[in-house]
Amino acid sequence: MSTSPSMSPENVLEVKDLSKTFHVSAGAAGSQELRALDGINLHVRQGETLGLVGESGCGKSTLARTLMMLETPDTGTVRFEGQDPFALRGKELLTWRRRVQMVFQDPFASLNARMTAGQIITEPFATHKDLYRGTAAKNRRLNELLDLVGLRATDAAKSPQEFSGGQRQRIGIARALALDPDLIILDEPVSALDLSVQAQVLNLLNDLQQELGVSYIFISHDLSVVRHVTDRVAVMYLGRIIESGSTEQVFDAPLHPYTASLMSASPKLDPAKRPARRIVLQGELPSPLDPPSGCRFRTRCWKAQPICSAERPEKMTRNDSGQVSLGIPGVGPGAGAHVAECHFPVADPSEAGLIPAG
Amino acid sequence: MMTEMLEPTAQSDPPTDTVLEVTGLDVDIRTPQGTVRVVSQVSFAARRGQTLALLGESGCGKSMTAKAIAGLLDPVASVAGGTAVLDGQDLNQMNPKQRRAVAGPGLGIVFQDALTALNPVYTIGTQLGEAFRIHRGASKKQAKAEAIDLMRRVGIPEPETRVNSYPHQFSGGMRQRILIAMAVALSPQLLIADEPTTALDVTVQAQIMLLLRKLRTEQQMAVVLITHDLAVVAEEADEVCVMYAGNVVEQGSVDKVFSHPTHPYTKGLLESVPTDAQRGEGLSSIPGSPPELTKIPAGCVYQDRCPLASAICRQERPLLRDTADGQRAACHFAEKVSAAKTDNDDANNVKEEIR
Ligand SMILES: Nc1ncnc2c1ncn2[C@@H]1O[C@H](COP(=O)(O)OP(=O)(O)OP(=O)(O)O)[C@@H](O)[C@H]1O
Ligand SMILES: Nc1ncnc2c1ncn2[C@@H]1O[C@H](COP(=O)(O)OP(=O)(O)O)[C@@H](O)[C@H]1O
Ligand code: SF4
Ligand code: SF4
Ligand SMILES: [Mg+2]
Ligand SMILES: [Mg+2]
Repeated sequence: MSTSPSMSPENVLEVKDLSKTFHVSAGAAGSQELRALDGINLHVRQGETLGLVGESGCGKSTLARTLMMLETPDTGTVRFEGQDPFALRGKELLTWRRRVQMVFQDPFASLNARMTAGQIITEPFATHKDLYRGTAAKNRRLNELLDLVGLRATDAAKSPQEFSGGQRQRIGIARALALDPDLIILDEPVSALDLSVQAQVLNLLNDLQQELGVSYIFISHDLSVVRHVTDRVAVMYLGRIIESGSTEQVFDAPLHPYTASLMSASPKLDPAKRPARRIVLQGELPSPLDPPSGCRFRTRCWKAQPICSAERPEKMTRNDSGQVSLGIPGVGPGAGAHVAECHFPVADPSEAGLIPAG
Repeated sequence: MMTEMLEPTAQSDPPTDTVLEVTGLDVDIRTPQGTVRVVSQVSFAARRGQTLALLGESGCGKSMTAKAIAGLLDPVASVAGGTAVLDGQDLNQMNPKQRRAVAGPGLGIVFQDALTALNPVYTIGTQLGEAFRIHRGASKKQAKAEAIDLMRRVGIPEPETRVNSYPHQFSGGMRQRILIAMAVALSPQLLIADEPTTALDVTVQAQIMLLLRKLRTEQQMAVVLITHDLAVVAEEADEVCVMYAGNVVEQGSVDKVFSHPTHPYTKGLLESVPTDAQRGEGLSSIPGSPPELTKIPAGCVYQDRCPLASAICRQERPLLRDTADGQRAACHFAEKVSAAKTDNDDANNVKEEIR
């Protein structure tokens, strides 16, 4: 298997122009097209965490499911360590499958109640028989996994109902780690947990990454969590990534008016961090069945101009000295760049009222 | 205009008249294993034009407190003691008829599972107009006009046409607005909002919070806001009651409680909130998880997770007492809390032992 020449060596995952359309029934009128993903570009480096944020229905889970090969994209390419998983068959596909794993939001719903914790965690071994041969090897690995996620060996015999929410999420994480993956997709991994327990799980994920060098895609609607755990962030709106960059760039100096309003709207515990003015978006998320022309955000945008409904905005990049220009400069697919799709990017945080008043 | 800019803090003027005074509220639930106390000795006051927050983790008794006040407890649950005085009358002593007379003009409530609380077979106009027909004897036509007016006040576009729509034709955020409209239809003195934004996106949450502030000011309501989100409390509320395992463990003005917590649980919660620029640093976390209500220990309810716990904490339940001006906490060692390290690494290592 050859590695694609265009792929940067440090990237475990590269996604280019990925689109996914669902056909939803529209009664007598036949079926309607719902473009859940529309030209997605992203990359994940080894050992890093990429955050994925955006409102409900913007396509985050669809993207995750497509990367897991649970959905087939219409167009676009996925390169996982240079390989296109959608082109793999048989044994190669099986080998690939163990490299990417997923942890779901609801630890209560996603674990089979009739199995013990040990069976849940080691279930993936059944489809990857060559990995751990014999009961002794499997048990050794199970104990190792339990230890990694802070559970005890005796927990293996218990059923999911006997665990608290945070412990169930640990079981889900142990299962995802079972095959020693390179990338774990975490879809709202702490949203169902109480604050005090959430911190335990976030710390665990962080420790595991430092120990194992695994990469994460971290999907969450909680911006303070994303800020805390990610290296880079991609912001989605109606099936598109409308802004991406390092976590500091995107949080502290957002380019896209939508990102700015997300940052502005998220409540702050510390009064000194509250924005001087708060942007409260008016109106609703448009139906993904009928997205607006031009810029998809224009129906709610606080900077919209007539051109925004006529022309789709190109990508704009902000360089290190703060200048914003058209296109994506530099090597690789926007490696490290701070990019947004907007005709009139936010010039600086104070324009969006994001600088605290005090 | 697409955007509204506003000041991000909603704290209001100094204390004014008390609208609701809850004293020593106890709520029991009958389970197959026997009776369980899910709310114990809860006391607080909600004041006109102000917001009081009930803050706590899932299952700590916030919704039960609200339902007990509103007289809407599930059949398995009952008020076992205490008073809830609204405008001079104890709600707990009222018969069903008196209760119905108070519901609407006295007290409005927005439920947590609100998105399923609307009746799918009636139009929004019918459901919004009902309060006016029952309490004000309005005609069908008047009720519809009132419904349209309400929809306009809570920011639903084109109310004249949408008044004839059914609940499923509205988004989650719009349905939440409709439920708020229903709760405030008769200009109640008290509005209880149970996790009004938990299921909503942050941009919609900001819209709903803005709406609640506006209504609170316009109608000079007292608002009881139930939430598990500390940042929402910090921005929206004047006073806070921190609840744990059915008990209020700390209460007082939000400014004071959040800047100088005097209960280890409050301090631990505040420290578990992820803050900026800590990538990879590790969050401070509270070991273990909240106790099951059937297994609440004798002595302090927080002892299993508390880094300050000592012998007396296992024997004697601490009473709520003044710990600072305008601030109360239920802790034997409240004076030591500010200096204490709540993120106890040793405690973290034994966290799996505690269940
Ligand atoms: N199997 C499907 N058939 C038809 N439409 C779908 C399907 N799966 C997802 N969609 C639609 O695709 C869009 C994106 O959905 P997705 O679940 O990816 O959103 P999300 O960003 O994960 O939202 P949330 O934050 O609520 O989890 C939505 O409009 C959704 O209704
Ligand atoms: N109908 C019911 N039957 C039995 N137990 C209940 C019922 N409703 C709530 N409880 C229990 O009462 C406790 C407090 O619940 P609640 O007030 O809903 O908590 P929250 O603080 O999350 O709103 C929880 O332990 C919950 O499981
Ligand atoms: S392109 Fe126009 S409508 Fe879109 S985000 Fe930029 S300013 Fe707003
Ligand atoms: S009374 Fe004791 S156990 Fe309870 S919170 Fe105070 S120090 Fe901790
Ligand atoms: Mg999703
Ligand atoms: Mg509740």
